[in-house]
Amino acid sequence: MNFEVLIASSIDGLTLGFVFGLMAMGLTLIFGVMKVINLGHGPFIVMGMFAVLVLSQNLGINPYVALPIVIVLGLVTGIVTYFVAVHRVINAPELTTLLATFSVNMMLIGALTILFTTSPRGLSLELPSFRAGTITVLGTRVVAVLIASLVTGALYAFLYRTHTGKSIRAVANNRAAAELMGINSSWILALSFGIGTVLAMVAGSLLATLFGFTVLSGGGLETKSFVIVVLGGLGNPTGALLGGIIIGLLESITTIFMPVSYVPVFEFVVFILILLFRPNGILGAR
Amino acid sequence: MKVLTSPSLWIVLLVVLAVALIPMIANLPALREELFVLLMLIILASSVNIIMGYTGYVSFGHIVFFGIGGYTGFFLVQTLQMHVALAALIGGGVASLIAFLMGMPVLRLRGAYFALATIGINEAFRTLVTNIDQLGGAVGMLLQFSVYDAYGGAKEASQLAYYGIILVALLTITASFMIKKSKFGLALMAIREDQDTAMVLGIDPARAKVMTYAISAFFPALAGALFFFKNGNIEPGPAFELHRSIEALVMVMLGGFGTVTGPIIGAFVYERLRGFLITDPTFSNAHLVISGALLLIIVLFVTAGVIGWLRQQSPVLRRYLE
Amino acid sequence: MILEIQNVSRRFGGLLALDKVSFTVKENEILGLIGPNGAGKTTLFNAVNGVFPPTEGRVIFRGADMTGKPPFALAQMGMSRTHQIVRPLNELTVRENVTVGACFGREKHGLDAASKIADEVLEFVGLKDRAEMLAAKLNVAQKKRLELARALAQKPILILLDEVLAGLNEQEVAGMVAVIRKVRGQGVTIMMIEHLMHAVMNLSDRVVVLDYGAKIAEGTPAEVSANERVIEAYLGDPKVAQRFLEGG
Repeated sequence: MNFEVLIASSIDGLTLGFVFGLMAMGLTLIFGVMKVINLGHGPFIVMGMFAVLVLSQNLGINPYVALPIVIVLGLVTGIVTYFVAVHRVINAPELTTLLATFSVNMMLIGALTILFTTSPRGLSLELPSFRAGTITVLGTRVVAVLIASLVTGALYAFLYRTHTGKSIRAVANNRAAAELMGINSSWILALSFGIGTVLAMVAGSLLATLFGFTVLSGGGLETKSFVIVVLGGLGNPTGALLGGIIIGLLESITTIFMPVSYVPVFEFVVFILILLFRPNGILGAR
Repeated sequence: MKVLTSPSLWIVLLVVLAVALIPMIANLPALREELFVLLMLIILASSVNIIMGYTGYVSFGHIVFFGIGGYTGFFLVQTLQMHVALAALIGGGVASLIAFLMGMPVLRLRGAYFALATIGINEAFRTLVTNIDQLGGAVGMLLQFSVYDAYGGAKEASQLAYYGIILVALLTITASFMIKKSKFGLALMAIREDQDTAMVLGIDPARAKVMTYAISAFFPALAGALFFFKNGNIEPGPAFELHRSIEALVMVMLGGFGTVTGPIIGAFVYERLRGFLITDPTFSNAHLVISGALLLIIVLFVTAGVIGWLRQQSPVLRRYLE
Repeated sequence: MILEIQNVSRRFGGLLALDKVSFTVKENEILGLIGPNGAGKTTLFNAVNGVFPPTEGRVIFRGADMTGKPPFALAQMGMSRTHQIVRPLNELTVRENVTVGACFGREKHGLDAASKIADEVLEFVGLKDRAEMLAAKLNVAQKKRLELARALAQKPILILLDEVLAGLNEQEVAGMVAVIRKVRGQGVTIMMIEHLMHAVMNLSDRVVVLDYGAKIAEGTPAEVSANERVIEAYLGDPKVAQRFLEGG
């Protein structure tokens, strides 16, 4: 076993983990604020991938420069989705919101398939790599980590420093009490759904700069997001970030010890065990 | 048993049987293939309804039992040349046993946590089977053609599987009806409404839920064994397809949550609609978009489903339409 | 002795909600459990019927140590209860709600027999004409009666009533008091939490008073109303409290 292989794998996993964390934060934020498990999460990630694809290939905009456009697009998509599919059933039992967001999933996948078919896509992006001895780190990975950290930082600043952000946290904490305090919870819920969607789409855009993808890539990434979110505690954004990094590291390092195909088995078993024994995640109290 | 003589049950069973026998009498193999899938979906949706509609536990990854039954049955038929009927029963037993063992810890979880756990269980089994070489790994298994000789040829084997799936569908509907009308069913519905109150009223929820989970795992496993026997091959993807699992929930919602006939109507409507949308040239591309939009409309505006809505309309319907 | 509560304590994190409470309930008596808000009365019910098992002490029901046993075990032994905040099984009919009690309570009837018992009990509490209605559709007073009907259908030896009179108007209170007397007339033992002083003092054979989780007095209604500590617990000023207790 080679020490340098371990280092290289760790760096790989860490960089990927940041992007995974960002992706899962979108899911966990929506759950934390409104107790809805968003089954449209996968297609949102895919929308991020295709948004950056269209913007860069058809309009010639650099993928990174395109990100602000993706953010605006995500915000609008999320808010519209909230009012169309979620708002009416926000207080209904979980089955109802699961199926409502699943219907969004079907519609989006259907529409994306019509627009783009299911053939494999990729961005052609050339960035210089960083080299130290035998270890190479791709430039796209470094930029992805930087952007993921930047977005996370912005999210935290927003949630903790701004009035609207504080309102979101108040609604997450106790919606009824927040409403008594004069907070317009419909608007806050819609905005939260929008932000959750932005996170999913930005993560999707970043993943598109790292790997090839298809319209159907969302399914696997959605279940991965579930695993990460549960690992970090449902509704806990910091936990999701940490969970993402753990999963990223796990996927790259364990492949040194066991066949790649066993990694998901391990992940899902851990997922079930955490749900059973630490339902508040690795950070949460029992 | 008094419930078994109820007209509400017999009418449903006879209608399902009559429709199912059409392709056998009129010799329409293509229709038979379609109805095989429909009966399979009725089994799946009715089983999901027992744990979800009666008991209130949203088993999102219920397809896992279809896959477990499918793989167990296939393996036994393939390697031990066991008769498919026996293999299917063993598959059902294995699925029920797994449901029983996993149910004990997992059914302690409530709401969304339970739903997520069942997704995890399905994915864990799918990825696990992908790694087991004896079960064909990621590429799955192909049935040797000679296996069908024991049944008089491929055509006869496929007919036998069809009669088998009819029988399992009728059994599932009967079980669903009997549970709904029993003291046990009343306990389940009390748990669905308020588990803590049910406990104060003398119900042991843990026991009732685990038994229900095991029952609801049995029938999809039989269906899985018959389906993959008929197809002659099995792969992890189709056996543990989460999407199909969610479709079963959609069927339950469409027809009517917690009713006996709801999942049957739901499966029928959903499958017909999808068949129409996929084959019709105008809609085939947009079939997912249209089904999604329809689902959303139902979820938002017709929350009781078709049968639930009808039951709300008059006391007579409430009495005879279960 | 139907029920013996021995040194029962219950802790929630740092809060001691019950502090070494001991008393007994005798056969076929009505025992009133009173105390200011937050005194731990409902917590005591929860500790007794197993919803939140005691952290310390023992609960002996009908001679058996039932400490920490789950609520359904106590229900099957013949202890039933109503909830202060009504908890109907919303999507079931009123009759089905009561049938659940008859099916899974002490006598564990089959569905048909249970349904008959349900009809009898519904008539007894005056909900017969609502039997086919969904429980969710009842008004608050009717839901209170449903709570009682469900508990009675369990054919209990001991019934725990948690503020069945709260929120009822004067006429409804009188009706409910009559029903409680009839229940006792059938040989059922009753322990009841009640804020309505005149009703509880009127109904009870004995009264136990809790304050800050501890028992501060026990005795006949007359003894308890004269007890200085009780009066102080209710109101800072003994004189005001005296008027309050006498006037109801």
